[in-house]
Amino acid sequence: MRKEAEKDVILHVEGISKHFGGLQIIKHVSLTVKKGERIGIIGPNGAGKTTFFNLLTGDLLPTGGKIYYKGKEITRMPNFRRAQAGIVRTFQKNNLLNELTVLDNLLLVLQRKRGMANIWFKPRNARRWLALFEEAEHLLQTWGLADIANERVKTLSYGEQRQVEILLGIAMEPDVLLLDEPTAGMSQAETNYIAELLRQLPKDITMMVIEHDLDVVFGLAERMIVLYNGSIFIDGAPEEVRSDERVNEIYIGKEKAAGASYL
Amino acid sequence: MNKRMFISAAAILLLAAAPFLFSLFYLNLLAEILILAIFALSLNVLVGYTGLVSLGHAAFFGIGAYASALLSKEWSPQFLVTMLASLLIAAIAAAIIGLFCVRVNGFYFLMLTLAFSQMIYSFVHQSTTLTGGSNGLSGLPSPVFGTLDLSHPVFLYYVILLVFIVMYIVLSLMVKSPFGHVLIGIRENEMRMKAIGYNTTLYKYAAFIIAGAIGGVSGALYSTFNGFVSPNDVYWTMSGSVLIMVLIGGAGTMIGPVLGAAFIVVLETIVSSYTTMWTLIIGGVFILFVVFIPQGIVGFGRALTKPSANRLSFSRKAKALVKKEANQ
Ligand SMILES: Nc1ncnc2c1ncn2[C@@H]1O[C@H](COP(=O)(O)OP(=O)(O)O)[C@@H](O)[C@H]1O
Ligand SMILES: [Mg+2]
Repeated sequence: MRKEAEKDVILHVEGISKHFGGLQIIKHVSLTVKKGERIGIIGPNGAGKTTFFNLLTGDLLPTGGKIYYKGKEITRMPNFRRAQAGIVRTFQKNNLLNELTVLDNLLLVLQRKRGMANIWFKPRNARRWLALFEEAEHLLQTWGLADIANERVKTLSYGEQRQVEILLGIAMEPDVLLLDEPTAGMSQAETNYIAELLRQLPKDITMMVIEHDLDVVFGLAERMIVLYNGSIFIDGAPEEVRSDERVNEIYIGKEKAAGASYL
Repeated sequence: MNKRMFISAAAILLLAAAPFLFSLFYLNLLAEILILAIFALSLNVLVGYTGLVSLGHAAFFGIGAYASALLSKEWSPQFLVTMLASLLIAAIAAAIIGLFCVRVNGFYFLMLTLAFSQMIYSFVHQSTTLTGGSNGLSGLPSPVFGTLDLSHPVFLYYVILLVFIVMYIVLSLMVKSPFGHVLIGIRENEMRMKAIGYNTTLYKYAAFIIAGAIGGVSGALYSTFNGFVSPNDVYWTMSGSVLIMVLIGGAGTMIGPVLGAAFIVVLETIVSSYTTMWTLIIGGVFILFVVFIPQGIVGFGRALTKPSANRLSFSRKAKALVKKEANQ
């Protein structure tokens, strides 16, 4: 019975902490994520959501605790190896190859995935290359970005760049996809479009989404985590979180008081 | 034949005809330009394609120059032997120095490469037994190729031209390859490249070794061509000059460093016949470029002819290339 349960677990976090100087930003967070789960993470600005993602991806190393992925400890594994192993992130702020085109960005992902990144001279096997281009074009079509494939990223609107950011994550063929505020800065139409596409991603991709747009996150997640002051405040079903008095008090109350979105 | 191939062919023909067109003085000037162009091309792998600004690239130029000089003196003046040995020795030196340098970025990379090159400078400057100290090494035997004596300037010119063409082609193919695209990606945004699973440190290390090895080849050509080598070839001003060649010509383009080398060598030849304040002039010219034409000669030319050219996109070029190949 226990064995079965363990086989389902893809990510296991055991009491991780992160200090910046004297400040403890993440406080002994423990979490078990099952394969294929879709988890929404909410919490006020500065709660430590992005920092928590950074610890999972290896962009930051924890000051305490352990992280296990597919049963193996990865606490100190470098970020690019975790990305190769299937833990893939998107960034809260667009973080792309801005001078290059959308297609260039995508090809860099695909050429590594298809084991072609270490060819040091001009393409020898032209057919293999064309297959790579076809794959890229197919992805761009699916994601409605074919029109801007040859545009430089820096000339795109913020919302379009956001979509490219997500597309690169998908093209990585992740096992665990960590989306940091995927719809931030998008128009309502773009938000709806992206939310729908994320919903339609294959069910075996484990997803964790930090999101301020509650409609998006409740529409996507089957499990919600509320992070507050570096600790998990609530971990439960969306309905639980939605109706939780304390959550309402902390966030929606604050929101009313400050007249701004804290979530 | 497209326009680009036509221009390349014309350029090669012109370079090959040079011994029949120019006096010995200009032929030697051209040879010097070709050697320094190889040097600039090697630095361009780091500065232009990987985004690592080195101020110590003369280290590898010097190592190649001294290695070739010592080998030809003590062992064999066979051109191929001295060239390949210098390439190997410079590559090993780059593999050792690079181990430290590629771990840091930006300003720290610049300072660390400078520090290593100055260490090598003080070694060759002080070691009177091995490297001849401040006098350097002179009276090098003239190179031979098999049984062919290359002491004749025209023969030597052709050998230099051949090495230049080979290096140019090798580097052109490299920067258009998937590997070259990874280097460009690192230049543009290293964090993003890590996020999509690239071991960027390893790629930077490879770029560093390639740049060092080819820098060594140019140094070996230089001492072979001059018949002597001096510590000045390793001094930081040499690193500064080659960096200026790359930047003035156009970093991140293939032809830029070649034009930059030609520009600086010609300018130096003209100016130094009038005044001894050569470094002042080159400094002034460099400042003018940085202020008014920061994208270099090549970028300036492109801006004039086709302002909308998508300079950095590699996927379109790669696609055109493979489509052509696939159809053949
Ligand atoms: N590299 C860093 N150095 C110092 N403090 C940091 C660093 N990164 C994040 N922080 C701090 O950690 C806290 C949590 O930040 P973050 O994880 O970005 O919050 P969230 O994503 O929940 O808004 C903030 O107070 C922020 O200032
Ligand atoms: Mg955040």
